[in-house]
Amino acid sequence: MSVAMKQTVSGRASHSALAAFFCVAAVVAAGPASAGGEPLPSGTSFLTQSLQAQQSDEATNPGMLWISEGALIWQTPDGASGASCATCHGDAGTSMKGVAASYPKVYGKTGELLNLEKRINLCRTSQQNAEPYAYESDPLLALTAFIARQSLGQPINVQIDDASRAFYERGKAMFYRRQGQLNLSCAQCHEALAGKQLRGDTISYGVGNGYPAYRLEWQTLGSLHRRLRSCSYGVRARRFEFGSPEYLSLELFLAVRAQGVPVETPAIRR
Amino acid sequence: MKRLAAGLLSAISSAALIAADGQAVAEELLPFEIHGDAVPKALGGLSGDAQRGKQIILDRRKGNCLICHTFPIEDEPFQGAIGPPMSGVARRLSEGQIRLRMIDQSRINPKTAMPPYYRTKGLADVAPEYEGRPALSAQEIEDVVAYLATLNG
Repeated sequence: MSVAMKQTVSGRASHSALAAFFCVAAVVAAGPASAGGEPLPSGTSFLTQSLQAQQSDEATNPGMLWISEGALIWQTPDGASGASCATCHGDAGTSMKGVAASYPKVYGKTGELLNLEKRINLCRTSQQNAEPYAYESDPLLALTAFIARQSLGQPINVQIDDASRAFYERGKAMFYRRQGQLNLSCAQCHEALAGKQLRGDTISYGVGNGYPAYRLEWQTLGSLHRRLRSCSYGVRARRFEFGSPEYLSLELFLAVRAQGVPVETPAIRR
Repeated sequence: MKRLAAGLLSAISSAALIAADGQAVAEELLPFEIHGDAVPKALGGLSGDAQRGKQIILDRRKGNCLICHTFPIEDEPFQGAIGPPMSGVARRLSEGQIRLRMIDQSRINPKTAMPPYYRTKGLADVAPEYEGRPALSAQEIEDVVAYLATLNG
């Protein structure tokens, strides 16, 4: 793992990490944003200085281990096609740059809403003739994080169009709907109370720009849907499946809402 | 005697929460009457125990009140700053007013972020393990009310 990691730690990547760091600092200085105005603050702004430094240093960010693993998977042939990701997509640094910042997205051929994880699995089944990865499995997390890493510092740019509008509205309704035994909506905490103290923690704006992220509570890398399941659990609400239509729609709404926030995968989160 | 009866009632209602197959089953809530912004009478005529109430507010699986409120309790760092501080709450509110705010604060403020602790109806997508159960039992509500009523400093 450490040799592979060394390969990933290139001058290019650490330069953009630094850029992303300053970008975040600028957003925070501008203060909390409203929809349509300044981008929302990234969850990074609520980390301690030392955790922020750890996140932006590729040598100390624990999530970089998955990036290295993803880089290996990218190059490795798989499935009946004998093709690797690189066979078709070449250098990820070129072909995948900005891709993660534009997801979730409706797949034109089927009208299905896909996040990055689902898009990777579609490629595996339809192009590589390989089995889809299980959601939250290490290879899927690693490849998702590796592809997202190619958008480091790129502003999230997910637009609503005719194809995605119904998904967006569904996600928005979920965000504003009270749920669970504790009868709380996402918005009550992550909009109205964002920035306030919940015991030792600061409530974030619910921006998914760092996922898959290394969460200290998990001591591992996890997907945005894993984080959403934690939130559902927190308000004692039903936890939907990984990759479920409910969380996919919510992911789309969150991405549209996070317009302009730079991608920070793999972020460190509490 | 009253305490004994209350304890017995509590034991019975707790037992009713878990069916033989381990599935949570619906618990009938005890009726209560709202007068203005208060529920003047104790739920089921139960008497609360302030010491137990303090344990319930601290327990993260029960009240978990410190996540949002600051209490005059030492040795508890990182208390929440979402809801109003609880210091002196007994000077500001009567027991009945505290009781309704515990049962279901949304009856007073529809936009509140405070969870309803004694309500099972009109909630969406409740996790199966909590379905049909209030967040706190009637006895636990009365215990917390009793504790909060001591915060008059």
